[in-house]
Amino acid sequence: MNTKSKQDGGREKGAVLLEMRDVTIDGYSDDRWHPIIKGVDVTLKRGEVMGMIGESGAGKSTLGLAAMGFARPGCKITGGTIMFDGIDLLAISETERRALHGSRIAYVAQSAAAAFNPAHQLMNQTIESAVSHGIMPKADAEADAKKLFADLQLPDPDNIGYRYPHQVSGGQLQRAMTAMAMSSRPDLIIFDEPTTALDVTTQVEVLAAMREIVDRFHTAAIYITHDLAVVAQMADKIKVLRYGNQVEEADTRKMLKSPQEEYTKTLWAVRSLFKEEEKNDDVVLRMHEVDASYGGDVKVLHDVTIQVPRGRTVAIVGESGSGKSTAARVITGLLPPMKGEVYFNGKPLPPALKDRSKEQLQRIQMIYQMADTAMNPRHTVRDIIGRPLEFYLGLRGAERDRRVVELLELIELNEDFIDRLPSELSGGQKQRICIARALAAEPDVIICDEVTSALDQIVQEGILKLLLRLQSEFNITYLFITHDIATVEAISDEIVVMFQGGVVEQGPKSKILNAPFPPYTELLLSSVPQMDPDWLDTLLAERAKKGDELMKASG
Amino acid sequence: MSTETDQGYSAAAEVGAVRARRTVWENMWRGLKKAPLTAWFGLIVIFCYCFVAVFAGLLAPYGESQVFDVPYAPWSDEYTFGTDQLGRDMLTRLIYGARNTIGIAVATTLLSFAVGGGLGVLATIQRGWFDQILSRAVDVLMAIPSLIFALMLLSIFGSTILNLIIIIAILDATRVFRLARAVAMNVVVMDYVEAAKLRGEGLGWIMRKEIIPNIMPPLVAEFGLRFCFVFLTISALSFLGVGIQPPTADWGSMVRENATLITYGDITPLLPAGAIALLTVAVNFVVDWFLHKTSGLRDEH
Amino acid sequence: MHPVLRTVIQRLGLGLLTLLIVSIIIFSSLELLPGDFARAILGQSATPETVAAFQKELGLDRPATARYFEWIGNVLRGDFGTSFSGRSGGTAGSVRQVSDLIEPRLYNTLFLAAMTAIIAVPLALTLGIMAALYRNSWFDRAVNAMTLTTISFPEFFVAYILMLLLAVTFPIFPSLANVSDSTPFWERVLRCMLPAITLTLVIVAHMMRMTRAAIINLLASPYIEMAQLKGVSRTNVIVHHALPNAWAPIVNVIAFNLAYLIVGVVVVEVVFVYPGIGQLMVDSVTSRDIPVVQACALIFAATYILLNLFADVISIVTNPRLLHPR
Repeated sequence: MNTKSKQDGGREKGAVLLEMRDVTIDGYSDDRWHPIIKGVDVTLKRGEVMGMIGESGAGKSTLGLAAMGFARPGCKITGGTIMFDGIDLLAISETERRALHGSRIAYVAQSAAAAFNPAHQLMNQTIESAVSHGIMPKADAEADAKKLFADLQLPDPDNIGYRYPHQVSGGQLQRAMTAMAMSSRPDLIIFDEPTTALDVTTQVEVLAAMREIVDRFHTAAIYITHDLAVVAQMADKIKVLRYGNQVEEADTRKMLKSPQEEYTKTLWAVRSLFKEEEKNDDVVLRMHEVDASYGGDVKVLHDVTIQVPRGRTVAIVGESGSGKSTAARVITGLLPPMKGEVYFNGKPLPPALKDRSKEQLQRIQMIYQMADTAMNPRHTVRDIIGRPLEFYLGLRGAERDRRVVELLELIELNEDFIDRLPSELSGGQKQRICIARALAAEPDVIICDEVTSALDQIVQEGILKLLLRLQSEFNITYLFITHDIATVEAISDEIVVMFQGGVVEQGPKSKILNAPFPPYTELLLSSVPQMDPDWLDTLLAERAKKGDELMKASG
Repeated sequence: MSTETDQGYSAAAEVGAVRARRTVWENMWRGLKKAPLTAWFGLIVIFCYCFVAVFAGLLAPYGESQVFDVPYAPWSDEYTFGTDQLGRDMLTRLIYGARNTIGIAVATTLLSFAVGGGLGVLATIQRGWFDQILSRAVDVLMAIPSLIFALMLLSIFGSTILNLIIIIAILDATRVFRLARAVAMNVVVMDYVEAAKLRGEGLGWIMRKEIIPNIMPPLVAEFGLRFCFVFLTISALSFLGVGIQPPTADWGSMVRENATLITYGDITPLLPAGAIALLTVAVNFVVDWFLHKTSGLRDEH
Repeated sequence: MHPVLRTVIQRLGLGLLTLLIVSIIIFSSLELLPGDFARAILGQSATPETVAAFQKELGLDRPATARYFEWIGNVLRGDFGTSFSGRSGGTAGSVRQVSDLIEPRLYNTLFLAAMTAIIAVPLALTLGIMAALYRNSWFDRAVNAMTLTTISFPEFFVAYILMLLLAVTFPIFPSLANVSDSTPFWERVLRCMLPAITLTLVIVAHMMRMTRAAIINLLASPYIEMAQLKGVSRTNVIVHHALPNAWAPIVNVIAFNLAYLIVGVVVVEVVFVYPGIGQLMVDSVTSRDIPVVQACALIFAATYILLNLFADVISIVTNPRLLHPR
């Protein structure tokens, strides 16, 4: 492990490799061309890793592809120069550019599962560019690929190449794609959100493998992501983009310690929130020894017991497949459990939705991850917030509208929004309307299913603050489902850790987030990237040490 | 209240794809102004056909089955497009044909949508055995080419206009059923439908307020396409002599009755055939534009 | 069992079941006939005795299930029963076997369909793939507008325009396609030219649009972009990366359109007075010759089902997820 390389501002650097000057790119939508990239400069030296960060719509992927001289269909590079090692990528012919792609500049895509051709074995795809560009004969390339697979810590490196993409896991595919990019030993690799689709515990392994191999071959890289903590582990310097403009660029450590622009700080807005935990012994909702399945023998939940104290926030954390959303479906009655019960205010709730009374339904409300699909696109804000007022409280006409306006003000919007359709709202505003709809029923408990994970950080922060304020004003209880530890710290009093359909532990935040940990909790918590450039090094060193100790203990 | 938000951030001012709100009519007019030439052409043609169909009695120079002594008369001032094999005025037959052919096709399409669309949406909500039985039945019915099936059924029940409408409508309803079911399925899985269920709304409310408004655009487009298909099928059957029967004026049978003229280089039989073609082209152009427009709206989100 | 084999067998079983149900539907059409049907067939002069004899011959006095199995058994041996035509007047001597009527005409129809397919399939695939590769070019737009127009035309409109142009105004091809057993091969091809061109125009329009859509869908896959970014040549992107995944959609397009072809053939045969099975079916519908209608319907439906079944099987055996299970 090359840990010294990150000291003193980065790796050993060479001459300038990539020089982009005043690049502008247009995209086609609504029957006309709009600027997506509005004049951005990039300078990258040999062996240097640049992080490119920004929120949705910042244009970072488009800019990353432009570094290869490539524009997606519906995009065109309209201005500026892109010089790669003295070659003007915009002046050369298509064939000359193609000769560089895959040989000297390689690309690692966001979703490896979609970017691997389902019809061919991994090996053929891994060595394709090295062989077709005449860099290595086929046999050598295969031997080299097996070594790369081993370096990237893929299981069974000698044989995994002869499997088809659908036969290996997402994390393994992402590493195989890094091997594919590396097989021709390029000068530059573009990583386009390579770990976004992965769970945190898988992400750590992939990050470590990618960084190691980039270091070893002294490859320059552009690492595109929306997660500053991830890029902090990978990059020597970071460029922040917003709406196709450059916000700022600085060395990684400097950027994290003292960002120059206000906007940059908002990129980790959620991490600045912290809720002081409070106790309450009055349990409003309790899942008791619940087993559940979606038909068939496979249990999605087994023996799940969760207690939710009144007026507090319980966060359920876990990775995909842990059963956290299924737990919510059992509580709401959408999925009647096979075994066990759900108690509300000490009384058991009927297991199926259709057997529950209006009063029972009113007491538990739900907010969804995708506010887009949670609101009928053909209903106005008045209909959306007004319906529960009509349905549960019997409010009509002017009385109802007055209450809708009150609710709008409560969620920091105003009455101008009352006649808007969901398509006329921004992402954050949509989620606020969903909160108002839940609030309109005057519930005791609101289940929040990943309500902030589709939003940009600054918007997430606003939503979380709103939820906290509403809790303190109305003594509402939240059951907050999330995979993001920063969000958990920001909002919860208690935490439930779930893994493969079972509860690992439940307890107050201070207890769960501090040692000693059960093994899975430790793995999960330690895998969450921190805003510290040395985090990954420290973690890997610790894990290596622990591994050695385990080896000693067992051997 | 807003003291909680720092850096001057405010939810109401948050940037987003915020469009000014317009009424339905304003939207429609704006859409029309941006419509391509083909769509305008289509709309105008459809309007003309409807006009002719409605006012057939006033526009036609003679009676629908008025026979003159001159079969196969050439084009003249008296008989604008000549006369047919029995000596009936072609122009008059063409005008009445608009009313009969379009009327029957529209009635058939409406019936097929009522049956297919209704059952399709019902199957999505009911699920279970109801959906299973209907879907399998539709699979089997669709395994027989519909023109062939129609020919077989007509040979049994005989070619009356009512039989024609019912047979074609039921065969066509299978396709409408599939589409309505597929589209409604996409809506039923949406979180807002789940939210309505969690609220405790009844099935009727969910159908009316949540599902139907959201499946209308694809169904409207499908209505245009199905109309074309039904219209062409009925014309084909009439042309084959097993559809609309004489003396009712109808474009398909007019082509059949006068087809021999073609071999003499007379284009008169192409007039009714062209009338069919022009209307289907027009409807297709409008549907094409409509589909483009509604799918374009989806891209904006 | 290998998943491919299992899926193929499942699909074949489902196809056979569909065929069985369709045959039952077609058979029961005879049951739906109105009661006075026999008299209508035999003519007004038929005596009650001949009517009774005819009904007995049809076996209407026996249970339907028994007759169905007898009928389907005979059909499987190529025997479709006897025609109703020539019964009028009660003379049983001129009764003809349905299979004798169908056989030469089936050959003619298959000849026309094959000829059309040979022209239409390569043409449509080429045009479709080109339109997809050069999408939004003037070529694509022109082809798109033209096919949208052709799709909207009734087959007989296209047929008569071609007849007017290529047989009357410029007498290149014969206007009527009257062939017989003794027509030599090339003469037959010449006479079939106009119907074949008509069918080709209609099929190509449909098929090209579907091919274009399938290819565009395929080329939008992330793995195609990845191949481009690996510097794979244009030809190799198509041959090595797109094609292995294109078989299923392309075969589906071909099967769908060949199935469409057998329907289009009915109208075109009538226009050009071509002695094929479509023409026979239309004539039999007019004269309500139910056994012939049943036989034709069964042949059309079986072809249609088998074509779709074939396409499904191809999609299954080219699916890498099924070929290489986890």
